[in-house]
Amino acid sequence: MHIQSVLHPAGIEAALVSRLWWVMFWTCAVVWVAVAGAMLFAIRRGRTRVAPANERSVFRNVLVAAGISLVALVWLLFESVLTGRAQENVSTKDSLHIQVTGYQWWWDVQYENPVPSLQVTAANEIHIPVGRAVVVDLFAGDVIHSLWIPNLQGKIDLIPGRHNTLTLRADAPGIYRGQCAEYCGAQHAHMALVVVAEPAEQFERWLSANRAPAPAPVTPSQVRGKEVVERGPCAMCHNITGSLASARTAPDLTHIASRSTIGAATVPNTRGYLAGWILDPQHIKPGNRMPPTGLSDEELQAVLDYLETLK
Amino acid sequence: MSEGLTGVPLLTDQDERLTSDFLEGEERKLRDTWKYAEGFFGWCAETDHKRIGRRFVITAFVWFAMAGVLAALMRIQLSRPENTFLGPDLYNQIFTTHGTTMMFLFAVPVWLGLAIYMVPLQVGARSICFPRLVAYAYWMFLFGGIFLYTNFFLNTGPDVGWFSYPPLAGAEYGIGKRPDVWAQLITFSEVSSLATATAIVCTVLKLRTPGMSLNRIPLFVWSMLVVSAMIIFAMPAVMVSSTCLILDRLVSTHFFNQAEGGDPLLWQHLFWFFGHPEVYIIFLPALGALSEIISTFTGRPVVGYVSMILSLIATAFIGFGVWVHHMFATGLPQLGQSFFTAASIMIVAPTSVQIFNWIATVWTARRLRLTTPMLYALSFFFIFIIGGLTGVMLAAVPLDRQVHDTFFVVAHFHYVLIGGSVFPLLGAVTFWYPKLTGRLMSEGLGKLAYWLLFVGFNLTFFPMHLLGLAGMPRRVYTYPASMGWGGLNMLASLGAAVMALSLLIYLVNVVVSLRSGALAGNNPWGVATLDGATASPPPAYNFVPSPTVGSREPLWHSEISPPPVVGLSAAKREVLVTRVLDAEPDHRYEMPGPSIWPLVSAIATSVMFVWSIFNPWGVVWGSIPITAALVLWFWPKRGVPPARLAADAAAGHLTPREMVS
Repeated sequence: MHIQSVLHPAGIEAALVSRLWWVMFWTCAVVWVAVAGAMLFAIRRGRTRVAPANERSVFRNVLVAAGISLVALVWLLFESVLTGRAQENVSTKDSLHIQVTGYQWWWDVQYENPVPSLQVTAANEIHIPVGRAVVVDLFAGDVIHSLWIPNLQGKIDLIPGRHNTLTLRADAPGIYRGQCAEYCGAQHAHMALVVVAEPAEQFERWLSANRAPAPAPVTPSQVRGKEVVERGPCAMCHNITGSLASARTAPDLTHIASRSTIGAATVPNTRGYLAGWILDPQHIKPGNRMPPTGLSDEELQAVLDYLETLK
Repeated sequence: MSEGLTGVPLLTDQDERLTSDFLEGEERKLRDTWKYAEGFFGWCAETDHKRIGRRFVITAFVWFAMAGVLAALMRIQLSRPENTFLGPDLYNQIFTTHGTTMMFLFAVPVWLGLAIYMVPLQVGARSICFPRLVAYAYWMFLFGGIFLYTNFFLNTGPDVGWFSYPPLAGAEYGIGKRPDVWAQLITFSEVSSLATATAIVCTVLKLRTPGMSLNRIPLFVWSMLVVSAMIIFAMPAVMVSSTCLILDRLVSTHFFNQAEGGDPLLWQHLFWFFGHPEVYIIFLPALGALSEIISTFTGRPVVGYVSMILSLIATAFIGFGVWVHHMFATGLPQLGQSFFTAASIMIVAPTSVQIFNWIATVWTARRLRLTTPMLYALSFFFIFIIGGLTGVMLAAVPLDRQVHDTFFVVAHFHYVLIGGSVFPLLGAVTFWYPKLTGRLMSEGLGKLAYWLLFVGFNLTFFPMHLLGLAGMPRRVYTYPASMGWGGLNMLASLGAAVMALSLLIYLVNVVVSLRSGALAGNNPWGVATLDGATASPPPAYNFVPSPTVGSREPLWHSEISPPPVVGLSAAKREVLVTRVLDAEPDHRYEMPGPSIWPLVSAIATSVMFVWSIFNPWGVVWGSIPITAALVLWFWPKRGVPPARLAADAAAGHLTPREMVS
């Protein structure tokens, strides 16, 4: 619970917005009570006959009320601008750079590094170190998407032909959920991602583990699984570094077994769901780009055995 | 509810020519001249503003009911997590069609329809300007709606959202003809709205009865004048953009294709440059109607007449400068964002002046009557204001980036649009029902429907604020059970059921009251405006004799009414055209009668619109029948003989002119 909530901030940017929310909420609550109360009082007064009021003084009261609301509006404007500025001023020194590209309906994640061999590719799951600023470079591969991780930061759109950035900093370790917030077609509802904020050394361990290519299969079944992946339909779209599968149009599977979900956080990553997904992804996520694979039972079990080694 | 100011005298007849014999003869001639066209052919050729206005309102409510059923289907689907009642493909068509219908086929046309009916009556005119153009507008509106729903039932309903952002709606990702259906529906409805807006502007500026200077125009008429002007400025933006979208899809232009130098954000700017004023186009007529209702049931004019009008105009102006607040998440520069934040917050100021004026009006009521229309009007202050305040929150960029495109926004704009426009609309329909039908709606059923709607509405939409803050995005056909959104969604769905029940009761009330409602008489509520000076429903010629006004509330101050208009021919459809500022008589105009050509032209236009979805040559060949129909429509008639012009001028009469449309 509260893994995708505006009001349970786990990072500095979301905390600033949460504060702004409560300022606005209480101001607006007071205004609503005042206006609704004035109307109720006016109805009560209007029902009892009283001497006709002086039009001029009545209108003067209207102007006073309008003046008060103008002051409140200007105050809220300042609160808003100051919050925006405070968000801008969060230091991005020594920040981690991640590139996220949105596709229908999944997220490609690249950990940038000047040395190409040290780059890490992941999908639908972002690991970030706690307490360090993260600059996310956002691109769109097809239509417009929007990256929204409410516990950490407000959303920014991923727009074809444009480059946006999102700066965030997690201040508490935890697992958060993000979701696409710009309608992007049939499976917009199932375009989510998992964000794991962890202590720096744990994050570095994860990063170096993900730099490694896939381990060689050991058991005969795993060997057979790798063979099916490489010769079957999987390699047409997916990449598994360390195998012959090297296509880039679908999520990278090199470390799929280390992820907690599949299908862009649609279902948990268990052997059962994985099997169901491989056989008929259209049943779990109708309209997604992956066709049914038509593997035999023996091939399926072998592929599952192999994928489970991709930690 | 005939406890109103019954017995308000009609405008006094001070001219010695206005003997009862003279008036009877005049009325006989007028009845003959202005009589409604008869039979099926006549029904198709009708141009009377009351008949057309009524059709507009009824048709808009039919689309409202359709879109309401779609909303109910969505609420069933979302009532439980991981529900399989609707699949993603159908759900996406449903939410797109729901939004498109509500914005383009209901909220705008229904107020325009009421205005077509009420504005000429409230300004004391015999007819609306350009009655044939208004008939054409109705047919385009009707055919547009039929076009959308035909496609919806053929599984080619639009599925890219009511905003149709490319590239999702573009050539590469938009499925089949679905986005084209959306884009062409826009063209249908914009042609209709622009034509109607033009007629309303001209009616208000040129057909006001003598004495109704700008500072005596009823507030509903003022709001429709401002709204019509907004339509004329805002709608071309969306017509241009939807045409560019069709061109991108049909003949491979690249307006919105970034790979070839276009820009998807260009679409968003064009769309929201229309889209935000659209909100005020829906909302301002309701403010006008609220003023009429509140004034009537407090028995006094609304406080601060001039400030009310200035607020309307200020809102309309600022409304064109806030569109970027729909685009805060697109990553625009900070300075630009701050400007639009400031504008979006400041647009609240003029509305707050209106709100305080109404509170002051109720506060100083002469005689407060809590009738059904008044209840609808008063709920504005409890519901709309929540939507207005969440609107202020959404103007703040940091907060908007959190709740933009979530259920918080869904809650916000339903509070604004239902609280700010549908509640006043249902009040206005109850209020003007007697004028349209001659009978009053049942107060008992009316109040029952009202309270159910009040409860059901809040039950449906208040939980959505919390859902948005809890992270639920919009436009999702389902959600995981583990997110914990199930309970609030179930509550919202139950609320929707209560709303449906209430609207059903409202409909029953409308239908039953047609036969069994209490007879209304001319002015059952005791309104101050000229529509109370004629029968309910009014005769085809609206008034005899044509009234004039000497004050802002002519029916409440009949002692200062100047003599009525005399001297117009009753043997022809003559109307008096007056000057813009002070409504002094300017010249006489002969209004055209019924004509079949608006319908024929509308059919030809519709054929061209639908054809051009499939083939660019449809534009070329399809324009030939349109041209032919328009030529026949505008075929010149014989002018006024010069001898008669000279004779009139010598006798000091107003110059007659021919009216072509």
